[in-house]
Amino acid sequence: MITAFSFAALAAVFAALAAAPFFLGTYGIGFLLGLVGYVTLASAWALFSGPTRYVSLATVAFFGIGAYTVAVLYETLPSWLVLVVAALIGLFVALLVGLSTLRLAGVYFVIFTFGLAELIRQLVTWYEVNVTGTLGRYLFVDYGPEVVYWKLLALCAVTLAIGYFIKRSRWGLALKMIGDDEVVAEHCGLPTARVKLALFAASSVIITLVGAIQAPRWTYIEPTIVFNPTISFLTLIMALLGGAGRLWGPVVGAVPLFLLFEWLSANFPDHYSIILGLLFIAIVFVLPNGVLGFFEEHWNRLRARGSAGRTELSQDREAG
Amino acid sequence: METLLDVRKLTKRFGGLTAVNDLSFSLRQGEVAALLGPNGSGKTTALNMISGFQPVSGGTVLLDGKRLTGRPAHWISHAGVARTFQLVRVLPSLNVEDNILAAVMFRKKPPAKETAKEEVQRLLEEVGLAGRSNENAASLTYIDQKRMELARALASQPKLLLLDEWLAGLNPSELSIGIGLISNLNEKGITILLVEHVMDAIRALCPRAVVMNAGRKIADGATAEVLRDPEVVRAYLGGAHAVA
Ligand SMILES: Nc1ncnc2c1ncn2[C@@H]1O[C@H](COP(=O)(O)OP(=O)(O)OP(=O)(O)O)[C@@H](O)[C@H]1O
Ligand SMILES: [Mg+2]
Repeated sequence: MITAFSFAALAAVFAALAAAPFFLGTYGIGFLLGLVGYVTLASAWALFSGPTRYVSLATVAFFGIGAYTVAVLYETLPSWLVLVVAALIGLFVALLVGLSTLRLAGVYFVIFTFGLAELIRQLVTWYEVNVTGTLGRYLFVDYGPEVVYWKLLALCAVTLAIGYFIKRSRWGLALKMIGDDEVVAEHCGLPTARVKLALFAASSVIITLVGAIQAPRWTYIEPTIVFNPTISFLTLIMALLGGAGRLWGPVVGAVPLFLLFEWLSANFPDHYSIILGLLFIAIVFVLPNGVLGFFEEHWNRLRARGSAGRTELSQDREAG
Repeated sequence: METLLDVRKLTKRFGGLTAVNDLSFSLRQGEVAALLGPNGSGKTTALNMISGFQPVSGGTVLLDGKRLTGRPAHWISHAGVARTFQLVRVLPSLNVEDNILAAVMFRKKPPAKETAKEEVQRLLEEVGLAGRSNENAASLTYIDQKRMELARALASQPKLLLLDEWLAGLNPSELSIGIGLISNLNEKGITILLVEHVMDAIRALCPRAVVMNAGRKIADGATAEVLRDPEVVRAYLGGAHAVA
């Protein structure tokens, strides 16, 4: 009953979001588009980094790859085919990166992924300046922002559905095993390297598609815009705030932070990155398991206190 | 009887230290054997290489004639090797049931989820953890964690079970239960290699013993004879453990 009800509620929310462009102006659509974009990015990021606890800063590498693929190909191929090509390029890079780095642990992985994003940005810049002879590209599509928004909303729904089905299947257990102890997981018969690679690839392809779908929004694209490391950091702290290990965690984190960032960048454009940094530190220190983890912990502690009280009572009775 | 495990010239080097040096022995199908040796003689390292936890520096391991060396641990688990760890390893954020379910659901031929859960209950009963499904694995006592680890190893339906000091730290009554449990497993046809310092258990369970010292095999044969072997006695007296 409860699940049927939550499904209905969820369907209603998505239907309302899908209908929103008919009632909103350009600003409203742009706002929702950004919001859904970050919800999708954070959820896709958490798909891999939540269970494995590998902190990836490669988000913007894939995002930028998606955006650039569209900028280069949008005049020559139909738009659906451009998305397919972008996804394939994202997949190829993800497999390449995954195979060479998923053996790196902890901080090495963080640094590598950050370096990767910078490297790809430099490569694209070099290519554009030396081979194409331009730095930026113009991107004029024949559809409006509401179409971009609907595509993104669909991708968001698919991302959450993937997360949901993984959680429900035995692969949900597999992810918890990997997060807990990879050695034990391997000895239980789980091919951990393959599972991690598959997750990283899925997550990266979704992120690539977010970049590809959102690209037309800028009309002018250059490396500093679509490979801006702030995108990686925002995605990361949104997922961490909500709780990267939970299906709804990234959504819970992305919505309030997106609102906050919109407000900050409008009102304090000069101090924006300082506030971002402080917030980042605060989240890591105060809510290491995210908001959802925080509530779950407190709820468990309350319940544990209740049941501990009961066992004490029964022991008293036995003693007496 | 047929050979199940065949270890040939197994070697492990850690920098300048050779922890396991040219170790060869084999186990027949259905056998229970002890792998003995003083502290630091390389017993755990040998198990680590057999189970695929650590790569070998040299030599080969065959199970049923199939080569295990060079394969990842999950492949070796699917081939039929399960183990417990000397320092217990559990999946700390999962409850007891899920710790065992993990090994049931990812073994070579996993059953449907409902059947799997029934099987987990049977395994928990077998190791003495009936009714403890919902407890957090990390909050179990050390001994209960060891039981859970054994259930997890059994959940993968092994042909060969490697136990690394699984009986260490048990009190006398727990010890006799543990010995009974292991001999039951053997009666069901599981071949067992037991690394152990508890001599009573070795005498009760293992007709055969392989003894290592400083990475090398120094004796292999009937347990009673092996324990009288002067070289074995010398190795043990030189080490921290005296043979009782
Ligand atoms: N990962 C490692 N790196 C370096 N040296 C190691 C490593 N693992 C084990 N050793 C060394 O290899 C030798 C054999 O260790 P091992 O743990 O196999 O002995 P053991 O026979 O199991 O001893 P114990 O009875 O104390 O468990 C020891 O000298 C140990 O210090
Ligand atoms: Mg040992």
